[in-house]
Amino acid sequence: MADLFEDYRLGPGWDEMFVDPGLPRETYEALHATLQPLSSAELGVRADVLARAFLDQGITFALKGVERPFPLDIVPRIIAAEQWRTVEAGVAQRVRALEAFLADIYGAGQVLADGVVPRRIVVTSAHFHREAAGINPTNGVRIQVAGVDLIRDEQGTFRVLEDNVRVPSGVSYVMENRRAMAHVLPEVFAATRILPVESYPAQLLRALRAAAPNGVGDPTVVVLTPGVHNSAYFEHALLAREMGVELVEGRDLVCMGNEVAMRTTAGEKRVDVIYRRIDDEFLDPVHFRADSMLGVAGLLNAARAGRVTIANAVGNGVADDKLLYTYVPDLIRYYLGEEAILPNVETYRLEDPDALAYVLDRLDQLVLKPVDGSGGAGIVIGSQATDAQLAELRDRVRHDPRGWIAQREVALSMVPTLIGNRLRARHVDLRPFAVNDGDRVWVLPGGLTRVALPEGALVVNSSQGGGSKDTWVLAGTASAATPVDDPPVLAAIPEPVEPVSVPAPRSPDPGPGLGPSIAQQQQQQQSARSVGGEQTRC
Amino acid sequence: MLSRIAESLYWIGRYVERAEDTARILDVHLHRMVADPWVDEEIACRSLLAVMGVGGADGPVTSARVVGLLGLDEQNPSSVVGALAAARENARGARETVSSEMWECLNTTWHGLPDARRRVEQQGVHAFFRWVRERCSVMAGLTDATMSRDEGWHFLVLGRSVERVDMTARLLSTHVRAGGSIPSWLTLLRSCGAWETFLRTYRGSLDDRYAAEFLLLDRLFPRSVFAALSRAEACLSELEPDPGRAGVATDVQRIVGRARTGLEFRGADELMTDLGGVLSSLERTCSQINDAVSRRYFRQTSAVSWVPEAVA
Repeated sequence: MADLFEDYRLGPGWDEMFVDPGLPRETYEALHATLQPLSSAELGVRADVLARAFLDQGITFALKGVERPFPLDIVPRIIAAEQWRTVEAGVAQRVRALEAFLADIYGAGQVLADGVVPRRIVVTSAHFHREAAGINPTNGVRIQVAGVDLIRDEQGTFRVLEDNVRVPSGVSYVMENRRAMAHVLPEVFAATRILPVESYPAQLLRALRAAAPNGVGDPTVVVLTPGVHNSAYFEHALLAREMGVELVEGRDLVCMGNEVAMRTTAGEKRVDVIYRRIDDEFLDPVHFRADSMLGVAGLLNAARAGRVTIANAVGNGVADDKLLYTYVPDLIRYYLGEEAILPNVETYRLEDPDALAYVLDRLDQLVLKPVDGSGGAGIVIGSQATDAQLAELRDRVRHDPRGWIAQREVALSMVPTLIGNRLRARHVDLRPFAVNDGDRVWVLPGGLTRVALPEGALVVNSSQGGGSKDTWVLAGTASAATPVDDPPVLAAIPEPVEPVSVPAPRSPDPGPGLGPSIAQQQQQQQSARSVGGEQTRC
Repeated sequence: MLSRIAESLYWIGRYVERAEDTARILDVHLHRMVADPWVDEEIACRSLLAVMGVGGADGPVTSARVVGLLGLDEQNPSSVVGALAAARENARGARETVSSEMWECLNTTWHGLPDARRRVEQQGVHAFFRWVRERCSVMAGLTDATMSRDEGWHFLVLGRSVERVDMTARLLSTHVRAGGSIPSWLTLLRSCGAWETFLRTYRGSLDDRYAAEFLLLDRLFPRSVFAALSRAEACLSELEPDPGRAGVATDVQRIVGRARTGLEFRGADELMTDLGGVLSSLERTCSQINDAVSRRYFRQTSAVSWVPEAVA
């Protein structure tokens, strides 16, 4: 009998499914047993059904204005229950530490005074917005939604690649992937107990309502989108639909007297909580880019006056700064008195002259990332760059060491993936999503697994041929499946646990070439185009 | 409901109806070219383009050209393909409001348009028009079955009804301009799906007056102008739940009501003697309704102007 995995070869990097060729790990046994008897033709047919369903349902992302289906690979990625508990706790821990950090730097600045994080790193971050100082969220939450990018290194250890606490996207694909897979591979679902993912919109809505301004009994929540031309528009629409709230564009909102309202057929209706999917820079032309047509003039003043809540909060981007990322283990120690559950990928801080010199000597072996980039923009994988590119990079890094970090090139873990009509090992990463309602950080079981489709590629960006996989967290035993309550989020700035000395510069160490996050939105200016006002005849 | 979303739903209603009706009108036209040996193709084509508001075509105009302009032109939201694309684009911007099934129907149709063009080449235009009618019917059925009868529904049905008044008037205009021979009435009623109902209603007495009366005034046939105007009136009164003490609440209700009573109480004889005038007045009415609906519901709030200051 033909074996679907017959000519599957293990690649460089940790194989998620196989210990050795033909020998699946325990977590994958049921899946392996179900897939193995299928012929590649059968699998191909189901993959086609999957692709067709995505196209018809319009499950797409927009790239340069063109809608494309987001390829979903038919082989899921599986995470064992106990592994997941580590990830879940680690992600929640980071969110709690970053919440405390943001509250601190937009407030008293104790962490800076104590020298745990150098003040200049914060104030020189492109996403540190003084405009946000003094805006105090009602329930202390600035990060309603976090997307923490993880990879598994060569030993199978989950490591944090970066934190996204501005407008992380991709969660819609987690939900849609699950629905589609359940239709296409029902027999695998029957054989496996998988934690469900469909409660995300309810969790998100709960967190958004909990963040409403004081004194609002039944808050009106909206999702603010840049519009249909945004790459993540599909997700914005899905979240609004599944939360049962309005999806608004900037032109639907009006701000007067520090109150925000949306324009409805029955006049203006007050809005209390805005889950914005627009970057800070485009949010309010009064404070940020004056030419932005996406946002609402006066929004930030209304937030400062406590009349409307913006989620995630303005100015969160400083916590996404990749140089700050290197300090997160220190922040966890400083604010929570704990050790980081999930290790970082070791990183060089280039402001240190020794580290800079070391890195400049080895550009061809390292991965260089701009500190304020998102969506993988500007990342250079040294081993894949030409001499000319490296020379240019050297100039840029020397000229602006603050603007870059360097990491070792990590061979990301691999999962069998349908390429043509055969299964091949391809690199994956993982973006779990966390929702903070002020009492508890809830982590969606699984998250978005992105897979790099070209052979050997380390960049999982969909613009570079990336796709996704349904990500299963096994339910484990009944008792283990009971969700563990996270400790409450620190609502106020905590006392430092103990004075912490500034850590020594990082040792030269690993860093993955994992780059571009597919769904991270590319903000694009777009004119407020009316879709309806066609008047050729009327 | 957000004004923008209401506007999108109204236009989804209009565009889907427009796609379907344009396909029907083209079907009638092509059928007449084949069935009527005395028709002058050039004149008939120019006349159709004029009725449909596509003016100024240079050079010789053939039926193939008409199909290109009114059927397949992607850039023109009045063509069949253009209207389907516009409906889908509106639905994309209102995706959290329309049901998933409606969205999927419009999206799948849109994805099928390139194939449809191939179908025109391989199987002829009738296969294409048939496909369009079917897709529009699926959409109508899903709308009916999955959409809550709330404000959004009323806007969608209002748009559909306004478009239907407009298109039925245009359909009748093509006929009046062509001289209104008996065989062409037959084609026309057939293309509206009205032939059998008509026969049952008038027991086979096919003449100008009955046919026009049927399409203009029949209370029971859903594509008649009267039925569509009544439907629009019903939607408008749902959108304005407070009837007030005297008359109606809004401009748009007045315009629609006047048009409906104008048909209802003038009597068939009077309407027939000035059919051309009645039809062009209906088209003007549709345009007025559109303006009044926009003013009333889609531009609810005063515009806030924001002038960015140059920062030194």
